[in-house]
Amino acid sequence: MTLKVHHPGLATTIQDMGRPGYFHLGIPIGGAMDRVALRTANLLVGNDEGAAGLEAVFIGPKLEFTADTTIAVTGASMPVMIDDTEVPGWEAVPVRKGQVLSFGYLTAGARIYIAFAGGIDVPVALDSRSTYPIGALGGIEGRAIAAGDLLPLGGAQGSPAGKAVPANLRRMPGSPAELRVLPGLYWHRITEQAGKNFFDDEWKVAPEADRMGYRFRGGRPVEFVEREQPFGAGSDPSNIVDSCYPYGSIQVPGGTEPIVLHRDAVSGGGYFMLGTVVSADMDLIGQLQPHMPARFVKVDMAGALQARADRRALMNQIRALLD
Amino acid sequence: MGARYSFGGDEHLFVEVDEEMSLGAFFKSMSMTNGVKEAGLKGITEICPANASFQIKFDPDVIQPDAVMAAVKEIEKDATAADPVLETRLIEVPVYYNDPWTHETLMRFRERHQDPNGTDLEYAARINGYDSVEAFIKAHSSAPWFVSMVGFVSGLPFMYQMVDRARQIQVPKYLRPRTDTPKQTVGYGGCFSCIYSVRGAGGYQMFGITPLTIFDPKQDAPYLKDFMVFFRPGDIVRFKPIDRAEYDATLADVEAGRYMPKIRDVRFDLTEFEADIDGYNAKLEGLLNDA
Repeated sequence: MTLKVHHPGLATTIQDMGRPGYFHLGIPIGGAMDRVALRTANLLVGNDEGAAGLEAVFIGPKLEFTADTTIAVTGASMPVMIDDTEVPGWEAVPVRKGQVLSFGYLTAGARIYIAFAGGIDVPVALDSRSTYPIGALGGIEGRAIAAGDLLPLGGAQGSPAGKAVPANLRRMPGSPAELRVLPGLYWHRITEQAGKNFFDDEWKVAPEADRMGYRFRGGRPVEFVEREQPFGAGSDPSNIVDSCYPYGSIQVPGGTEPIVLHRDAVSGGGYFMLGTVVSADMDLIGQLQPHMPARFVKVDMAGALQARADRRALMNQIRALLD
Repeated sequence: MGARYSFGGDEHLFVEVDEEMSLGAFFKSMSMTNGVKEAGLKGITEICPANASFQIKFDPDVIQPDAVMAAVKEIEKDATAADPVLETRLIEVPVYYNDPWTHETLMRFRERHQDPNGTDLEYAARINGYDSVEAFIKAHSSAPWFVSMVGFVSGLPFMYQMVDRARQIQVPKYLRPRTDTPKQTVGYGGCFSCIYSVRGAGGYQMFGITPLTIFDPKQDAPYLKDFMVFFRPGDIVRFKPIDRAEYDATLADVEAGRYMPKIRDVRFDLTEFEADIDGYNAKLEGLLNDA
């Protein structure tokens, strides 16, 4: 069976858990920006957690079903419509052949995840179906979905309708969003005061916020510790000899606006990084809209690992509920 | 001097072998990443060499961050003591310098450049003390390069020239990055040359273009059959200047899937290299031209 794309939305891509293992060749991990949301959507329809679904940012797609199946929508708050009837999000919903799935306006968050029983069955590229447009990998011909596309679905019965995830298990960013950061990497390049300012200031998500990275503005510029630039680093004090960029690392080109690198980021480059957003909070960034306020919260490694354990506990609660 | 260790969040160990770029730092970084690979530590999921640093991704649910750091510090001791020798590939890459496509692109973005009245090659030649573009191209193409990092996007090689510090070419990046760069542009920024693997944004100065496809998910070229990315960290690259006629012919061969670049297996010895750089490079040149 297939899904017929009537309208693609703004930038709707096929995503799974990504393709770790090729970062050393400049191919990013990719995959859903809010992985808990995609895992949950998959569990709701009876899929493996890592099955491929759709990630739609700000505007949902319009899709027609060519056979009966089960779907679930998680992530951002956006009215889910089957034909002209609104159906709940975070719940397994049966759909009939010929029905059309569409969405209302986004009210909170940034990205919805749509899982279909059986998962989207496009060819696997480097161990993943995730779409990476720059490298033309995964998805449909390596690009976002487009009107007229037919998305193949794997065969599956789907889980019985009615399974749902209650509101207390839907993790979304607060306002301001609090993003925990482990200082490190080239933290020593900035002054003590600049480090303090970074955590004290309130930031806002800039319009340049996508799968590659999220830019923030509104805080004070960073001051650097003076030094003679090392050979090969470039002349700006924010430059380093090109290195790898960890997923979640925070670079501040020119010392002005921090950028948190996300799933499709470049794998390396010549800008210093002052630290890294802990892995547990990367899902939250995927749900931030431009202009939303955010703060960076300093943690140590113990705090980062605790955040990781808390996220895993949440995921385990969802698994137990939907098992 | 010991390397500097830091964590990139709860999943990455970052190791800076040296703040500044040098062949020694690159080499130590390579032998450390090879050591980590050989150690086969459980919970280490990715090993990514960079120019004078590297990154290790780990799963902290399997191995504690401190245990990763301790293990890599042990490996650093062995790497420091090991002979700086590398089994690698020597590859000839044809380059059409001063080509019409990068020229058209650089003219479109002139207001973002340090020297709006010249070309990238003229600017780079002048600030590096060469009296002509030809002399500059000769310097760029006559000594080989180490692929010191593969990354940024889709198999883009960063390359560091195998000459002493005094002869290293250095150029700044564009004042503001371009929004367009032709696919397979040979670029330059800081002390690194690169080859853009795909068309897209870029800030490096543009010197020429290679007809070789270096990234292709379809893997049509015979030299991409093993993997869609051509270059690997540690490869040694020699640029061969070609003219328009040879560029067109090579491109046609590449597109027809019948072009194979010259590739030789080589054992590189850093100590021997440093003892006689020009002599060693001449030997590599000879190896490349052996039938």
